[in-house]
Amino acid sequence: MEITPLGDCAVLIRVADNFDGAPENALQQVLAVHGQLVSAKIPGVIDLAPAYTTVALFYDPLAAAAAGAPIENIFEWLEQRIRGAISETADTSAGLVNVSEIEVPVCYDGEFAFDLDEVARVAGLDRNEVVNLHSSGDYRVHCVGFIGGFPFLGGLPGKLATPRRETPRKEIPAGSVGIGGKQTGIYPIKSPGGWNIIGRTPLQLFDPKKSRPGLLRVGDRVRFRPISREEFERWTK
Amino acid sequence: MDQMKAIANRAGFLTSVQDLGRTGLRVFGVSLGGALDPHALRVANLLVGNDEPAAGLEITFGGLRLRFADDRIVAWCGGNFDVRIGSTAVPSGHPALVRSGEDFSIESPAIGCRAWLAISGGIDVPIVLGSRSTDLKSGFGGVNGRALRDGEDFPLGKNSERSRSLTEKLSRHRIAHWKPAHDWSSPAQREPLLRFIRGSDSDRCGPGALEIFNAGSFFVSPDSDRMGIRLDGQRLERGNKADLLSEAVAPGTVQVPPSGKPILLLNDCQTIGGYPKLAHVISVDLPIAAQMRPGDTVRFREVSLADAHRALAERERDLEQFRLGIESHFT
Repeated sequence: MEITPLGDCAVLIRVADNFDGAPENALQQVLAVHGQLVSAKIPGVIDLAPAYTTVALFYDPLAAAAAGAPIENIFEWLEQRIRGAISETADTSAGLVNVSEIEVPVCYDGEFAFDLDEVARVAGLDRNEVVNLHSSGDYRVHCVGFIGGFPFLGGLPGKLATPRRETPRKEIPAGSVGIGGKQTGIYPIKSPGGWNIIGRTPLQLFDPKKSRPGLLRVGDRVRFRPISREEFERWTK
Repeated sequence: MDQMKAIANRAGFLTSVQDLGRTGLRVFGVSLGGALDPHALRVANLLVGNDEPAAGLEITFGGLRLRFADDRIVAWCGGNFDVRIGSTAVPSGHPALVRSGEDFSIESPAIGCRAWLAISGGIDVPIVLGSRSTDLKSGFGGVNGRALRDGEDFPLGKNSERSRSLTEKLSRHRIAHWKPAHDWSSPAQREPLLRFIRGSDSDRCGPGALEIFNAGSFFVSPDSDRMGIRLDGQRLERGNKADLLSEAVAPGTVQVPPSGKPILLLNDCQTIGGYPKLAHVISVDLPIAAQMRPGDTVRFREVSLADAHRALAERERDLEQFRLGIESHFT
């Protein structure tokens, strides 16, 4: 397991070497290591950032030094503790191990689905087939980022993989569901973006007023349920 | 106007409420945010009798004109700005008493581009996700989740015992004669040199990328903001298949996009990125980066991780000395 400095206040822990070959396996590793590091409560650690094949550990060097890390070698001091925490028997009670299963209603109506035709063309399918295929997938959150609450979902049926748009849109409405390469995701707030938009969810994916501001976290299981325009309107009332 | 409020008669080019930012929320993709020079904000807060993490204003390129509904102590740190109470100049790092109804202004800087203003009592906007900082990208925190606008007012906290005692002491001379050591309050430099440690993908970048970065001069592009500083100059090679699966990035990370023009990430950067990470500017030098303007020349020099940590520890020791040194002015 490779551990490297990510600047002077973080380290990057590479927990899996391969993603494309075995994404579920990489996710399990990420979740396990995240959980172990949460349990370990290493002095000075202030944040953990899981993504695809890595977990980044953010620390306050001065707090680590106050806890006994030699200022000349805080990195090695941390690395030892990280390796120690990871080699211990997996404690599955902490971190992101307890994943949620979340159903996301999506209206795939043309008005919301700017790029459904393009996705259908690339896949060699008609619009309904794209919707059926997209809403039949079992997805998992591999990463959250880009903007607060944006989930990167793995598990997109291979046929639906569509390259990102050459020219990103300046403004994509909140709730837009998109396809970018082999992944699907949801824009939590209005923002610029280059993914192919195929529908919209009425769910609020990001709410800074809540102590858990994001609906989805790394590891969560997601299914999309197609809804009519009328149901979409009922949700947003 | 209500007591315990300030009004921005002119909001300036880009003024936002910032404190020390949000941590522990990267799992939700929430950026660190906060003052681009947290040290300057901490010093300014100490100077007015606030707790160090209190929320203040981050002012970019000046143009700000404030009035307070009651008497407040203010102090500012940052670039070389022209700051005045009425027509009286207020130098950086000196606490000053602004009486209710007086004009307090911050005009365009001679060097640098940002200043941090602490107001006694702190800015009392609601805490969102553990911080009062404005997240300009996602639109929450601060005043209505965005930059301050002309004519807008914002709430201030109660003056602390310390601030009240300083108010009394400054009632005649208005501006304190004492101040912190110069380089704590003015990190703005012409042609700065930023120290960096090697990035985890530096060997994945093309041959010579690190050498060019270490030796060359770069120019700050106009397309720079609180998310990152884009640099023009000699194009950096990225090597083959350089884009990676997204993984964590941090303020200070220097990434190389397909254009070969490096981007130095700042506090509002996204939490993850897929471009190769060539280098990381060390934490104590990020305040210098935060003062760079479009067109400025900047150079970079590699140091060790231990150097970076030693520099941080040294600055913290200096701050501790400063804390002790000013104590007598508050009692």
